[in-house]
Amino acid sequence: MADGSALLTAGIWGWIVDPLEFEFMQRALLAVVLVGIVSAVVGAFVVVRGMAFIGDALAHASFAGIAAAVAFGFSIYIGAIVAAVVTALGIAVISQRSKLRFDTTIGVLFVGAFALGIVIVSRQENYTADLFSFVFGSVLGVSWGDLQLMSALGAIVVALVALFYKELLFTSYDATVAAATGIPTQLIDYGLLVLIAISTVVALQAVGIVLVIAMLVTPPATASLLVNRLHYIIFVGVAIAVASAVIGLYASYYADVASGASIVLTATAFFVAALLFAPRRGIVPRWLLDRERAREFGR
Amino acid sequence: MATNSNVLSIQDLWAGYDGDAALESISFEVGTGSLVGVAGPNGSGKSTLLKTILGLLRPWRGRIQVFGKDVNGSRNRVGYAPQSEVVDWDFPVTVRDVVTMGRYGRLGLLRRPGAADRAAVAGALSEVRLDELAGRQISELSGGQQRRMLIARALAQEADLLLLDEPMVGLDATNQHELLELFERLRSRGKTLLVATHDLSCVAACFDLTLLLNKKLVAFGPPGEIFTPELLNEAFAEDLLMLPTEGGVFVGHHGHG
Ligand SMILES: Nc1ncnc2c1ncn2[C@@H]1O[C@H](COP(=O)(O)OP(=O)(O)OP(=O)(O)O)[C@@H](O)[C@H]1O
Ligand SMILES: [Mg+2]
Repeated sequence: MADGSALLTAGIWGWIVDPLEFEFMQRALLAVVLVGIVSAVVGAFVVVRGMAFIGDALAHASFAGIAAAVAFGFSIYIGAIVAAVVTALGIAVISQRSKLRFDTTIGVLFVGAFALGIVIVSRQENYTADLFSFVFGSVLGVSWGDLQLMSALGAIVVALVALFYKELLFTSYDATVAAATGIPTQLIDYGLLVLIAISTVVALQAVGIVLVIAMLVTPPATASLLVNRLHYIIFVGVAIAVASAVIGLYASYYADVASGASIVLTATAFFVAALLFAPRRGIVPRWLLDRERAREFGR
Repeated sequence: MATNSNVLSIQDLWAGYDGDAALESISFEVGTGSLVGVAGPNGSGKSTLLKTILGLLRPWRGRIQVFGKDVNGSRNRVGYAPQSEVVDWDFPVTVRDVVTMGRYGRLGLLRRPGAADRAAVAGALSEVRLDELAGRQISELSGGQQRRMLIARALAQEADLLLLDEPMVGLDATNQHELLELFERLRSRGKTLLVATHDLSCVAACFDLTLLLNKKLVAFGPPGEIFTPELLNEAFAEDLLMLPTEGGVFVGHHGHG
């Protein structure tokens, strides 16, 4: 009996530890956990402010920078960051100076940047695998150098959110009164856009351009079904994101499927579970409550 | 009512949006401890006036002084409660979170709320009798509770001049009465209040100064002198029904009788 459970424990332990004998899996695990944390911290603001579209747009816009970096041989991360930040600020300035709607400006600029990326790529004779590892994500290809850069960028993003949390909260909730209180709301808004741009770039290599938005939005959205204060959404969102990242990565290892997609699907599963079963706001508990009420009042 | 110390002094103020004037040549002064009702029909510029005083809208022309300074020099002394239609009521914050925001201006960058801030927040909450709902999410408040929360945030700031935009819309008689008592208490502590409203009966009964607005300043003074059919007609045009009675004029809104 005791032998049996010891065997089981050893089995599970081995199941967890074995993949980590490969150094690329260690790096991948660190990378996805990092991406989960940074994306959820910034993503909480994206969710509560209804900015999902811009998160998606900035990830796509970074393609122009990646393509340029591949074509002209400089760091892909620098290319991606410059493209995403320039697009973010462009969107902010144009939507402020013109009467265009915010989402219209986003739509115009990001597709423009993406098209620029395609033009650059189409001039290349032999574009490298690098490019596609960013489009579709390849967390297994993350180097120690990439990891260092991602950690540095992630640390800056999280530190800035922590330092200016109070201003970010007030500006997100009520920009008019925040401005009347003397908070530099415009600077805060621009800063938040830059933080979103940087976090999409941090997530790029791990999950790929198309799936970055899921890392930003899905875990905080799930958290918002469970808790109702912004900083709780951040903490719970981080926990869900890290869990999704770890579970998704192991699933991709054992099932031999794409890791980015596997992580995103895990996060989506958490979201669906919360949607159905969240204590107060879930569909099932509300339905049960309604039924109970109906019975109580004899209908 | 003019006292020697002016809280607010406005001279020849013009302001508007995209070339359309919303305020034309407004001039008036308000002394310490005044309770001023800013009255006028929809679109008459009440909110615009408050926003311009707060420096949220740059005037085209004219001068605004708050406590003898430019508003940027006296920000912490000016509290503001916006019209509640403009607030995002689904945002994930509790009543206490929102009222605490009133302290942020005083705290400045990088500092977190401390014991003194928590005390001010608790005081403001009990002033509007929201202590028991402090932990509620704001989407779970009734309309009247929402308005009281916005006022509490302005109170938590411990400002000396309070600009309140339509704070009484949708309050029941009890709450309206309590709010007016609160205004009196604040005034007796030396605060000055500017309250935008289109409820004329309330302005007439409870404020010591009335500012009738309709793009231009139609009249400014004690309600007794202001509520004449001529001036009300000028401010409200055909929006109002006026019946001469023995004591003066009866004022009602069309459609409500
Ligand atoms: N953000 C804006 N952009 C353009 N025009 C505006 C804006 N806000 C107000 N206006 C215009 O300015 C004028 C004054 O509006 P304001 O909101 O100050 O009126 P109000 O007296 O507060 O009305 P209400 O009783 O409906 O709140 C109106 O004609 C309005 O159409
Ligand atoms: Mg108004």
